[in-house]
Amino acid sequence: MAAPATTNRSTSRTLVATDRLTKYFANRRGVFGRMDAVVRAVDGVSIKVRRGETLGLVGESGCGKSTLGRLMLRLVEPDYGRIVYDGHDIVPLTQAQLRPLRRKMQIIFQDPYASLNPRMTVRDIVGEAIRIHKLASGKSEEEHRIAELLTKVGMRAESMDRYPHEFSGGQRQRIGIARALAVQPEFIVCDEPISALDVSIQAQIVNLLQDLQDELGVAYLFISHDLNIVEHVAHRMAVMYLGKIVEQGDSPSLYARAHHPYTRALLRSVPVADPSRKRLHVLLEGDVPSPIDPPPGCAFHPRCPRAIPGRCDKDEPTLAEIAMGSGHKVACWNPHIEEPSVERDSRMTPPP
Amino acid sequence: MTEATLLSVRDLVTTFRARDSVVRAVDGVSFDVPAGASIGLVGESGCGKSVTSLSILRLVPDPPGRIESGSVLFGGRDLLALPEREMQHVRGDQISMIFQEPMTSLNPVYTVGAQIVEAIRLHRKVSRRAAHQRAVEMLRLVGVPAPEDSSHSYPHELSGGMRQRVMIAMALSCEPKLLIADEPTTALDVTIQAQILELLSKLQRDLGMSVLLITHDLGIVAEHTSHVLVMYAGKIVESAPVIDLFARPRHPYTRGLLESIPRPREDFAARGASGRVRLKTIEGMVPDLSRLPPGCRFADRCPLVKDECRQREPELRQLDGGTRASACFRAEEV
Repeated sequence: MAAPATTNRSTSRTLVATDRLTKYFANRRGVFGRMDAVVRAVDGVSIKVRRGETLGLVGESGCGKSTLGRLMLRLVEPDYGRIVYDGHDIVPLTQAQLRPLRRKMQIIFQDPYASLNPRMTVRDIVGEAIRIHKLASGKSEEEHRIAELLTKVGMRAESMDRYPHEFSGGQRQRIGIARALAVQPEFIVCDEPISALDVSIQAQIVNLLQDLQDELGVAYLFISHDLNIVEHVAHRMAVMYLGKIVEQGDSPSLYARAHHPYTRALLRSVPVADPSRKRLHVLLEGDVPSPIDPPPGCAFHPRCPRAIPGRCDKDEPTLAEIAMGSGHKVACWNPHIEEPSVERDSRMTPPP
Repeated sequence: MTEATLLSVRDLVTTFRARDSVVRAVDGVSFDVPAGASIGLVGESGCGKSVTSLSILRLVPDPPGRIESGSVLFGGRDLLALPEREMQHVRGDQISMIFQEPMTSLNPVYTVGAQIVEAIRLHRKVSRRAAHQRAVEMLRLVGVPAPEDSSHSYPHELSGGMRQRVMIAMALSCEPKLLIADEPTTALDVTIQAQILELLSKLQRDLGMSVLLITHDLGIVAEHTSHVLVMYAGKIVESAPVIDLFARPRHPYTRGLLESIPRPREDFAARGASGRVRLKTIEGMVPDLSRLPPGCRFADRCPLVKDECRQREPELRQLDGGTRASACFRAEEV
């Protein structure tokens, strides 16, 4: 598909960047709300999303990826750090000052059943933001605009006067996308947008999101635990573990030559839909530790097969490039450098 | 039913009563589970895969559900004809089941050890002490660290992965011949999912039990089963050994499912100037079970549809000398 709106991504400007963004949640207990623990949900994260590109954000539940997405839209207030949108730090802005920016930043949620108001018609859901931001001059222009948006996301304009419960999960997600697009945003946080959908419907929504990007030049932060989908949609990706980015880079480079042992473990844990190739399973031991009391040094060291005693359990590694100028960064004292990420035994070994 | 067949489901029909209609959630399903085999049952939400497994154990909530007809032969007996009291001896003892969400399947007010002990003593005449020893031994078998101490933990004190291990320990404590695992890892993270699936495969081999693995994830099916049943709108539309199914699907729905999985590395060469590969999709959506079309249920979404498909419903028919089957008039052309 031709992409008139997208310029060359690698030379295009940064749209939104975070600088040491941090959010701790206090875990209060007892009748007096005594604070007894702090959850380090997002801990000094610096990432950037360029115009028209998709940044994939992967990690396991509780790693802070959804909180990071909400922080970037200021749906959650940061404790520390900057969020630079189109050259301006938006953290000091008041809610009123934020309003014009809200138009440019949108979010699509995981659960299309919970994120649409059941008492509103599709017309109201999609039209609400058009009215708030005064994007239509009258009733007929508003209706025309809603019909256009529904058509764009692959729905019939006649669906306008129906309610969310009359639609399937996939169609509801299309309504959610139409709502996000109503204000002509530049940046959309997609928080697990297809996880609640069936396999055959997932592909439809992924294609739709990609078509819209090609057509409108919108940038996505694509949050997902499904590494297959992220590899398919993301130009660049970031891997998160216990509130920190442990590796980031261009998708092909990161998938082919993951440097961080955690990224490798994630890649190898994904079941492969090809029974003729039996994988060499290297399973990660143990559970994800609690973000309330993360291990000292590198937070991954208790589960890491390459941990160096005396080093990884003492000093925290910082995110840095291995090859200068590659943009592929890793936070690890003992990274994989050369070997490919996923080795497979290519012999035919049918299961018993 | 051959000698080595453990479970044989024949013409199973299970209905659900809705406000003004009756829906056939499972509509004439037949399949066998051989002893020691791992069978995958795949399909999308609402296709009837979970209702099939609940019907086998007669756990369908009645009302609104009802097993209308068919038979479930297990060890020479039809489970659908057993008195409820005898059925209780089958459940948990000969056939066990684990579910998607371990938190809701465990009782929050008892320690996990006590719950396993209860499961054992329900089916075996053993002392509390012996049952406790057995419980600790099971927790060790499924890889729960410090099993004696962990047996005194309450479910909320354990992580999701550990709770699912406890469920597996409980399900296997009476050495069932068949384990039904309904989306056992869907609520878990990928690294934990890999641990649990590897554990299930190992236990299946070591204990020689059969597993009926219900999932929507074709990757899990490819790695952990030997034979696959594909369900669509209440019917089995394809049945084949796992290698054959992935190498050459013989139903357009199976083919559509396989093609909609992203395979970014293999697609690399196919990427155009924009660096994009479009995923293949199955257009449309699953039909409403209360308003099914007269012919094939997949006809409206099928790229190979012809007139005949809209007039009568294709039966599951044998292919390749009986090693596989497909419910499609054009199975050979898929």
